[in-house]
Amino acid sequence: MYQAIVFFPLLGAIIAGLFGRVVGDRQSEIITTALLVLSALMSCVAFVDVGLDGETKTVQVLQWIHSGTLNIDWVLRIDTLTAVMLVVVTCVSSMVHVYSIGYMSHDTSRARFFSYLSLFTFMMLVLVTADNFVQLFFGWEGVGLASYLLIGFWFKKPSANAAAIKAFVVNRVGDFGLIMGMAAIYFTVGSLEFDSVFAAANALAEGQLEFLGLTLPALTTICLLLFMGAMGKSAQFLLHTWLPDAMEGPTPVSALIHAATMVTAGIFLVARCSPLFELSSTALAVVTVVGAVTAFFAATVGLVQNDIKRVIAYSTCSQLGYMFVALGVGAYQAAMFHLFTHAFFKALLFLGAGSVIHAMQDEQDMRKMGGLRTLVPASWFVMIIGTLALTGFPLTAGFFSKDAIVEAAYAAQIGPHMFAFSLLVVAALFTSFYSWRLIFLTFYGLPRCSNETLAHVHESPPVMLVPLIILAFGALCAGFTFYDYFIGDGQAVFWGGSIFTAAENNVLRDLHEVPRWVKLSPLVMMLAGFSLAWVMYIRRPTLPTRLATEHDMIYMFLLNKWYIDEIYNFIFVRPVKWLARLFWKGGDGAVIDGFGPDGIAASVLYFTRRAVSLQTGFVYHYAFAMLLGIAGLVSWFMLTGGQ
Amino acid sequence: MTDWPILSTITFLPLLGAFFILLIRGDEATVANNAKAVALWTSVVTLFLTGFMVSQFDGSSAAFQFVERINWLGDGVDYAMGVDGISVLFVLLTAALMPICILASWYSITHRVREYMLAFLLLETLMIGVFCAMDLILFYLFFEGGLIPMFLIIGIWGGERRVYASFKFFLYTLLGSVLMLLAVLVIYWQTGTTFIPELMKTAFAPDWQNWLWLAFFASFAVKMPMWPVHTWLPDAHVEAPTAGSVILAGVLLKMGGYGFLRFSLPMFPIASDLFAPMVFALSAIAIVYTSLVAFAQEDMKKLIAYSSVAHMGFVTMGLFSATVQGVHGGVFQMLSHGWISSALFLCVGVIYDRMHTREIAAYGGLANRMPVYAAIFMLFTMANVGLPGTSGFVGEFLTIIGTFQVSTWTAMFATSGVIFSACYALTLYRRVSFGRIEHEGLQQIADTDRREIFLFVPLVIATLIFGIWPMPILDITAASVENLVSNYQDSLSTHAANALLSSVPESLR
Repeated sequence: MYQAIVFFPLLGAIIAGLFGRVVGDRQSEIITTALLVLSALMSCVAFVDVGLDGETKTVQVLQWIHSGTLNIDWVLRIDTLTAVMLVVVTCVSSMVHVYSIGYMSHDTSRARFFSYLSLFTFMMLVLVTADNFVQLFFGWEGVGLASYLLIGFWFKKPSANAAAIKAFVVNRVGDFGLIMGMAAIYFTVGSLEFDSVFAAANALAEGQLEFLGLTLPALTTICLLLFMGAMGKSAQFLLHTWLPDAMEGPTPVSALIHAATMVTAGIFLVARCSPLFELSSTALAVVTVVGAVTAFFAATVGLVQNDIKRVIAYSTCSQLGYMFVALGVGAYQAAMFHLFTHAFFKALLFLGAGSVIHAMQDEQDMRKMGGLRTLVPASWFVMIIGTLALTGFPLTAGFFSKDAIVEAAYAAQIGPHMFAFSLLVVAALFTSFYSWRLIFLTFYGLPRCSNETLAHVHESPPVMLVPLIILAFGALCAGFTFYDYFIGDGQAVFWGGSIFTAAENNVLRDLHEVPRWVKLSPLVMMLAGFSLAWVMYIRRPTLPTRLATEHDMIYMFLLNKWYIDEIYNFIFVRPVKWLARLFWKGGDGAVIDGFGPDGIAASVLYFTRRAVSLQTGFVYHYAFAMLLGIAGLVSWFMLTGGQ
Repeated sequence: MTDWPILSTITFLPLLGAFFILLIRGDEATVANNAKAVALWTSVVTLFLTGFMVSQFDGSSAAFQFVERINWLGDGVDYAMGVDGISVLFVLLTAALMPICILASWYSITHRVREYMLAFLLLETLMIGVFCAMDLILFYLFFEGGLIPMFLIIGIWGGERRVYASFKFFLYTLLGSVLMLLAVLVIYWQTGTTFIPELMKTAFAPDWQNWLWLAFFASFAVKMPMWPVHTWLPDAHVEAPTAGSVILAGVLLKMGGYGFLRFSLPMFPIASDLFAPMVFALSAIAIVYTSLVAFAQEDMKKLIAYSSVAHMGFVTMGLFSATVQGVHGGVFQMLSHGWISSALFLCVGVIYDRMHTREIAAYGGLANRMPVYAAIFMLFTMANVGLPGTSGFVGEFLTIIGTFQVSTWTAMFATSGVIFSACYALTLYRRVSFGRIEHEGLQQIADTDRREIFLFVPLVIATLIFGIWPMPILDITAASVENLVSNYQDSLSTHAANALLSSVPESLR
């Protein structure tokens, strides 16, 4: 069964990809979607199976790389952590497949699109079922490839191509850390299998590693290198720049890859490596700080964006920051819980936004929307549910998982937890504000689009609405249904051995006993954010413009995303281009060739041109010289008799 | 079965084909067609024989197999052929690429076809000979002789600046050859034999090792090519016809690495150890520097040529790490680069045949009209980038793992190569394939035809199969690689023990 879960999507991808033109677009859609739904159903069975008895199952598939003492195989490893990811990935993916049948109905290369989607799902499944770091890396790069292909799906658009390359390259910066981390692990432990590496965690914690001329604590170095990979894939601060640009891809892609699944791979990696991270307080502190800064930074930028998808993208970035804070304070289960609920409501928000964009003839600028509530009521309804869940309205999914993180940040007694706590609370205010701002700008007020567009606004077809409703159901119910299993009393049984927590780590217990004001703070922030948004966008719609002009500096700073793209352009992109030309023209051209062959050639040429016709002359020369050499050699042997 | 000299058969069968081509008479068109047919059939039969030979090869043994040894030039210099786990797959690679090259030239070469096919068959004999030779002199003859047909291919069927390109090639290789010949003579002088297995057992005096190592290095570094003696490669590639580029990148570049494996590491371990930091530095520079240079290129072939230099940096780094993973990865990387870069040059060839330009800016939006081509090109771009699941990853990963154990700095620079390779390869792909069709001439460009797809199929299969399941290659090479590394480490520890002993005063011994 586990093989089927993983390989069905690959089968679909191959059929649609290679034979899409033979079987036709419609058939490709049906085949890939059907295979994914099957895979999702089996994942749910596996989830119940593994979640209840908590045992780790492994399935050997094939040998991969064996060299000396390095042995890497293709193995599926199913434990609770994997099972949670299996459910998230296959469920959201199958919903997105169904939704795309409607959303992409006007596109000319649908078989290709569905092939990529299924390929992505397969890669993601390989990632989460990995039994060793290299297989994880295969999935890791595979989802990167699929993401690249899907962001650049509309390859005629220059902006989409640029965004695709940016996503791939920035992710590779993170991968740099991951590869180095793997090399360091093999060097110190002599294996890359999870079980062997985790078994050696205690020894690593005391060991040293000679790295780049420094003697560093082995475990912390390894954890930080791995975390660098996680930062790239999960778009954390400084390596986040690709995620907003990735919105160039079709909206279903944004929902699946850039909200629900791929970007959470970094969370999964750290949770998977909890036996390592748990023993390195330095690494955990770094994770906490990066997570908190990202949560805050992305939320501030989200406040002023005008593109509906970019707002949600920054929101994703920010929520991933929340998850990293949870990991950093040792509440791995809470991070996974938020990952789980977030997948539902964020996919819902994206697909809902897609429904709006679809209705508006591909308009994404919220300044040109407004008043759509009565025109697309179903989309409005599900977006409201998604927003409630995201902002943590009581009893929705986000309420349980997000509040747990905020409480954990307070309750944890390690690292910079109060720093993280305060940033998260402020971010909660911003989250609520930008989420309601999005709703108000899009669905309320007077329509700001052209009359022609307005006349064509239509509610989406059922094939798009049904997945939305299913996801909305998840966004409402995933919280209280699974609370007990993920972070409540049943968590120890549920997770089994798949997440490691040190004996003195009691954060999951303590988070239930934080002071009342801590418990209430996210709720208060949510209400404050809502009120603020209501005042600014419903009550006094002129206020935002006035504020923007009055506080020009802050507004521009936020609108331009803290100028990080510009800074990178200045310190990385341009110097690299300059260096490239310098090495080429200067290094290769002037120095190496100038003093080497060209210099010699210039003088030799002068003579040879007189003697022989050059075109073939020197070739014969060379052959002749060779012959002479051989003749000399042979005669020397003959004469000396080979003494 | 054992008595049949299969290696000599494989080696000289192409030469026999070349002889037949010489005999062809008739008008120009007949000669051309017959020459093509003879060349194709000869290379296909050679491939089958090689496949048979490889299937009979015992991968669990590190010894030379199918050995032939006949007295040749008197005492100590024999005609000796044999393959071990390191060389056997290079023979297969050469034999497999040759039919592809001939088919790739089927329509694009129109003048002096007979001579062209002759040159290729001659080249095949010499290249296979390099990998089969078990005698130093024999190796040298094949090694240097292989350059002559390559010169001819670039010089006669090349592009506009072919003279300049072959001249550059000539100057670089000449220096290396002279020094290597000198080293060969010295070795013979000292040991009285040129039989490679015997030389491997000989412990050369450390001072001599250094000089000999440097002399060999001069030749191999040029062939590899390593920074800073790499500048002949982009020019040679640019001017060579497509099939010439394929052979150059696919096989000729591997001779340097093969030389390191066959001579430098096993025969001069102490010198190799001494010079390893230098090799690491040059490899790291090669990876970072040439990746950057590749990023700035405007000519497709030059870009791929520079990326080849970067990939060869991984090879040299892995080999001189002298760890099992490093050497294993180096061998794998050479093989894998053999078909990936070949495929990339074929990709360039496909559109060059249609548009007669290699300038990147002359293309754009090919995915609109050439979906099959775009898919194939994408696969090999990703393989070039070293995406896991393609064979490009396995070699890079193993060399990095191997080098990290010896030098973290080198491993770090090499790993940064994964970022740069993504930059240049994806940018190239974007500029060629993506976007709208802007150029008038591309409006009617046709997708790959059957012959072209047929050329790519084996390369696609190799790239994917050995990316997911590289065990056949790793298994067949494992015994030889482990043997090489353990002998290397043994001689180093013996040397260290001797050095320790000699530092003790005489009276205390």
